[in-house]
Amino acid sequence: MEVPILKQGQYLIASIQSALTDADLSQLREALIAQVGRYRARGVIVDVTALDVMDSFAVRTLRDVTHMARLRGSETVIVGIQPEVAFAMVQLGLTLKGVATALDLEEGLAFLDQRGRDRVERGN
Amino acid sequence: MAPLLSELVSHLRESRTQLRQEWARRIALTQLLRAMTEEEIFAEATSVYDNYVEALETGTFEALQAYSRNLSERIIPRGVETHEVVGIVLLLRDVLARSLFAKYHEDFTQLNRILDTYEPAANRIANTVAVGFVQERERIILQQQEAIRELSTPVLQVRERLLILPIIGVIDPHRARQLTEQLLRAIRTNRAKVVVIDITGVAAMDANVANHLVQTVEAARLLGATVIVTGLSPEIAQTLVTIGVDLSEMATVGDLQGGIEEAERLLGYKVLPLAEPGS
Repeated sequence: MEVPILKQGQYLIASIQSALTDADLSQLREALIAQVGRYRARGVIVDVTALDVMDSFAVRTLRDVTHMARLRGSETVIVGIQPEVAFAMVQLGLTLKGVATALDLEEGLAFLDQRGRDRVERGN
Repeated sequence: MAPLLSELVSHLRESRTQLRQEWARRIALTQLLRAMTEEEIFAEATSVYDNYVEALETGTFEALQAYSRNLSERIIPRGVETHEVVGIVLLLRDVLARSLFAKYHEDFTQLNRILDTYEPAANRIANTVAVGFVQERERIILQQQEAIRELSTPVLQVRERLLILPIIGVIDPHRARQLTEQLLRAIRTNRAKVVVIDITGVAAMDANVANHLVQTVEAARLLGATVIVTGLSPEIAQTLVTIGVDLSEMATVGDLQGGIEEAERLLGYKVLPLAEPGS
């Protein structure tokens, strides 16, 4: 099942609608990296609000996306992790270390905007 | 109904008054049910006796079970204990048995037959009442435990996007889990960006609980919230370091005041006095 990726200004927003197979996740990763390059996106938001479960492959995929996007000049933030999912993840030791997270889409956008401002300040 | 059983039940009904009195006398002698007055004991004794005989007569125990639970609900808050309840039921069993010995002492065969009918039923009754009492006790204990847990882990919003979780007392794994779940739900509901977890009121922490705390901090981060832990006592600080808990992700500040100030700073607040006093 292909995950829809929307372009919002300089950001890409991937909204996961339902549980994804490993193949779907890999495809999402490829699609995001390709589009970051094509549109020269500054930020990527992956919305996982609809996911009831996050397994180790999903976590690894999100980490990969974050690192690859950074290499291409883009920040990534994962939004919408549900309380039950967060709890299960920490119990299993799946920590998403080094990956930015935010409560929801609104917070995710605010986060990327802030990072953008910080970057500009550093540049000056 | 079997003739023997009906004979037994008639005997118990006819001798109701004196057997009840005998029972009440024995209860007073053994000094059970000290939490209740003599009048109360006699009133309950009457109900118990009648339920007892009815259970014997009908061979069904639902009514007795219901009565037992109801009775337990009333007397447990008065401080009546399990051994007292079991004690008085066994006393009644003895009183009734003695009356059977007295009645059939000249006919050993008949006595044996009557006891064959009486004993299984009497045992089942004693069982039913005792189990009913214990179940009621357990239900009350569970209820109280839950109430205490709810009371002691409030999540408080003190500013927009800022939550405080003051923890007091002993944290066991169950409570730690409940705490985490409650906090995560509150972060989502209040859209909190910073949480201050204050453990001033926690005396001691073992490796298990320390790990729960670390997990809570990690889980909160996954929801986009930063956690500041405040109020670590020297003992707990030592424990955490000794155990080797990974503290790199956990921001800590000495006391609650400092923690709140740091949280406000993170959220972009600055607190200023309204005016100089005396101006």
